[in-house]
Amino acid sequence: MAQHGLSDRVAIISMGCTRFAEHFDRSADELAIDAVTEALDGAGLACDDIDAFWLGTYVSGISGMALARPLRLTGKPVTRVENMCATGSEALRAAVYAVACGAVDVAMAVGVEKLKDSGYAGLISPKTQDDGTRVNTSAPANFSLLAPAYQQRYGVTPELFRAAMTHVAWKNHANGALNPRAQFRKEVSKESIERSPAVAGELGVMDCSGVADGAAAAIVTRAEDAPKYTGTPLYIKALSLVTGDGSGAADPRYDYTSFPEVVHCAREAYAQAGITDPRRELALAEVHDCFTPTEIVLMEDLGFARRGNAWRDILDGVYDRDGELPVNPDGGLKSFGHPVGASGLRMIYECWLQLRGQAGARQVATADRGLALTQNLGGAPGDCVCFISVVGSRPG
Amino acid sequence: MQPSTTQIDRRPVAGIVGYSAYLPAYRLQRGEIAAAVGSSARGVRCVAGYDEDSTTLGVAAALPVVRGREPAVGSVWFATTDPVYADKTNATAVHAALELQPGIVAADLGATLRSGIVALLTAARDGGLAVLADRRGGPAGGADEREGADAAAAFLFGEQDPLAYVTSTASVTAEFIDRWRAPGAPDGAAWEERFGEQRYAELADQLLAQLSSAGVELGGVCRFAVTGINARAVRTVTSAVRKATGAEPEGGDLPDIVGNAGAAQAGLALADLLDTARAGEMLLLISLADGADALVLRATDAIAGRRGEPLRAQVDHGVTIGYPQYLLWRERLAAERPRRPDPDRPSAPFAWRNRQYKLSMTGGRCRKCGAVQFPLPRVCYQCHTADEFGPVSASGQTARIVTFTVDRLAFSLSPPLVSAIVAFDQGGRLQCELTDVRQPLGVGDEVVPTFRRGATIGGIRNYIWKARPVYPATSVAPGPAGAGRES
Repeated sequence: MAQHGLSDRVAIISMGCTRFAEHFDRSADELAIDAVTEALDGAGLACDDIDAFWLGTYVSGISGMALARPLRLTGKPVTRVENMCATGSEALRAAVYAVACGAVDVAMAVGVEKLKDSGYAGLISPKTQDDGTRVNTSAPANFSLLAPAYQQRYGVTPELFRAAMTHVAWKNHANGALNPRAQFRKEVSKESIERSPAVAGELGVMDCSGVADGAAAAIVTRAEDAPKYTGTPLYIKALSLVTGDGSGAADPRYDYTSFPEVVHCAREAYAQAGITDPRRELALAEVHDCFTPTEIVLMEDLGFARRGNAWRDILDGVYDRDGELPVNPDGGLKSFGHPVGASGLRMIYECWLQLRGQAGARQVATADRGLALTQNLGGAPGDCVCFISVVGSRPG
Repeated sequence: MQPSTTQIDRRPVAGIVGYSAYLPAYRLQRGEIAAAVGSSARGVRCVAGYDEDSTTLGVAAALPVVRGREPAVGSVWFATTDPVYADKTNATAVHAALELQPGIVAADLGATLRSGIVALLTAARDGGLAVLADRRGGPAGGADEREGADAAAAFLFGEQDPLAYVTSTASVTAEFIDRWRAPGAPDGAAWEERFGEQRYAELADQLLAQLSSAGVELGGVCRFAVTGINARAVRTVTSAVRKATGAEPEGGDLPDIVGNAGAAQAGLALADLLDTARAGEMLLLISLADGADALVLRATDAIAGRRGEPLRAQVDHGVTIGYPQYLLWRERLAAERPRRPDPDRPSAPFAWRNRQYKLSMTGGRCRKCGAVQFPLPRVCYQCHTADEFGPVSASGQTARIVTFTVDRLAFSLSPPLVSAIVAFDQGGRLQCELTDVRQPLGVGDEVVPTFRRGATIGGIRNYIWKARPVYPATSVAPGPAGAGRES
């Protein structure tokens, strides 16, 4: 038994993405309609032309009716999927598989999230009924566990690790400042990042991703049908999902300096896409920078940096927009914002723009590199799901 | 009312086989309380952490007594004036946390000051465990708040090799109004102390007469202690007992250095007597509450080797908190609500299914690969074998911090929430909250599990096991340093 890649059988022919922001004036339904409409218009299609829909939303709707209702889709299969922060990517995965297996000709993946109706500053996660025994830590607290563990394992001083965390936030804000659809569109000084109010462990507010509302959508078809809709489709090179067994806290072998789920997921994705040296083969990577230490560790788990070296690469600017491998050129979760169910498709949307030369002021070099990676992480260190895609502008 | 001079024969079992007192970590200067109302006061009172209640205090006292002797515990008698529940028994949570046999009785003795000594007398008769735990307070700035204390003590009675024989008990009962409180009301009331003082002086005379007629040689008493909520009565009766026995009183300073822990005070006084008793000494404990009760003990050779952490070592081992912190912890002041949704009400069926982990901190060790995991799983994370586990209890084990964080966003009764991954020396790792953190934490720090309360939602009190750092007595920093005590 093995997983098999899709070998360019499926292509993205159009995408849409709202601005990610505190959309106090817009409902989840409206955000979904906006993203869907943009995607349909880009391909010259109408809702009726889509054979099947997958809606990814974490907390903003229940069942496929959360999409069918606002769009007034009639007679269509519409399914809601959820896989924590990989929710939007999960919608894409379902749509791609439906096309790849021949069940439908044209499918749409939609991710939408409305977080700012809760009245709370951070993310409010749904919980199953339990007995209150489990420690109810916040997401920043969970990810803050990475920092002391990493510093101890690799002998990195708190000051240097802090500098690397700061660089991640600074870089992603600098990138987001160039992105008209980002939640935060201004550069932030390193000093103000380091002075931001404490949230959890070594993390301050400016080490946390933006909590935002937003939606994104993608339309996929079989690769051979793509030219009917666009001259510049994006080909699906790899889709990989690894769901952790949640044993990290219990297992003494887990030391909070890595995400084993990401390592497994990347190995599978690179095998599907035929990538052997991601740092030199990828034009860009959109990774799950939910908190600044996460991006540091991901550089190693994704094979962009040697173990224990990501902090140094980051400080050397390797992952800056003009660096050797631009990471999160659209601003990432940090400054583009993180409406959970939409984020996976937002990452694909940046690849869509960058690989097709439409990223404007933040365009990265793609002449020699036609591949891009997106990666989502949902959960906490030791207890997470990971999704990775590789998309490319050229088939074969 | 005629005093009884004939003792009804309710012969106690042999004696006390183990005991322990527990003082929570926090201390409050009485002067600070008094200053808030333009007054002055001397001394210190003991304060429970925000996550401690009478049930958890009782568990903390009883755990060292019961550990390793679970099958020998014949009953549980729980005494407090501050029960968490009415209608529902509180002793059952104590019973569960201590992993006692299901086939015994565990009962509360009613929210009365007399319940403490009654727990001792009752457990002495049936080889039971007496758990005396209390949290005492009163109207802000007042005498009850200043002079109260939060503390617990536990005593296990049995036949086998006691550290002190119970040689006699005596009781006198009288109905009069000295101290009272409406059920559920936070604050009690007192009649003029002099009235109760007279009543208790008479009752003590009757009690001593009853002991004498039962054959107790009062002149043979080596050490004694008198406890009660009426401080004047305690002083007067102490003088009378000193005169009658020729012995010196012990623990007279406890109200000044610990405070008066209500139903638990007799337990503290008895623990203090036992802490310093020498083999062969006769000890007398008298409690004044709606009557007078006495317990006469004779220490055995076993006493030297059977003591836990002495009460007085714990007295010196506290962290001072400010009065506003106390008022917030006691919910006398309404704190700003955490900017997070309130936790959901704990599910009763879920908690019942999960009781061995939730209340007893029991997990499993895989019989195939040896991996320890909490709670008891169906499938081993390491070798994936199903349903092949032997029980493992983490209670009483030591663990080390693997990594930790201070969470300023999560819901907590006293933010910030401090959580850690802790690895037990016997194997097994889990994530839990830390509590009673006095110093900056470090990876590798030693911690021990401790039974604590979480939030109360819909009247249901959520109990959880946390871990607390173990500090050598000499290295404790004075004053706040950790969780829940940051400005």
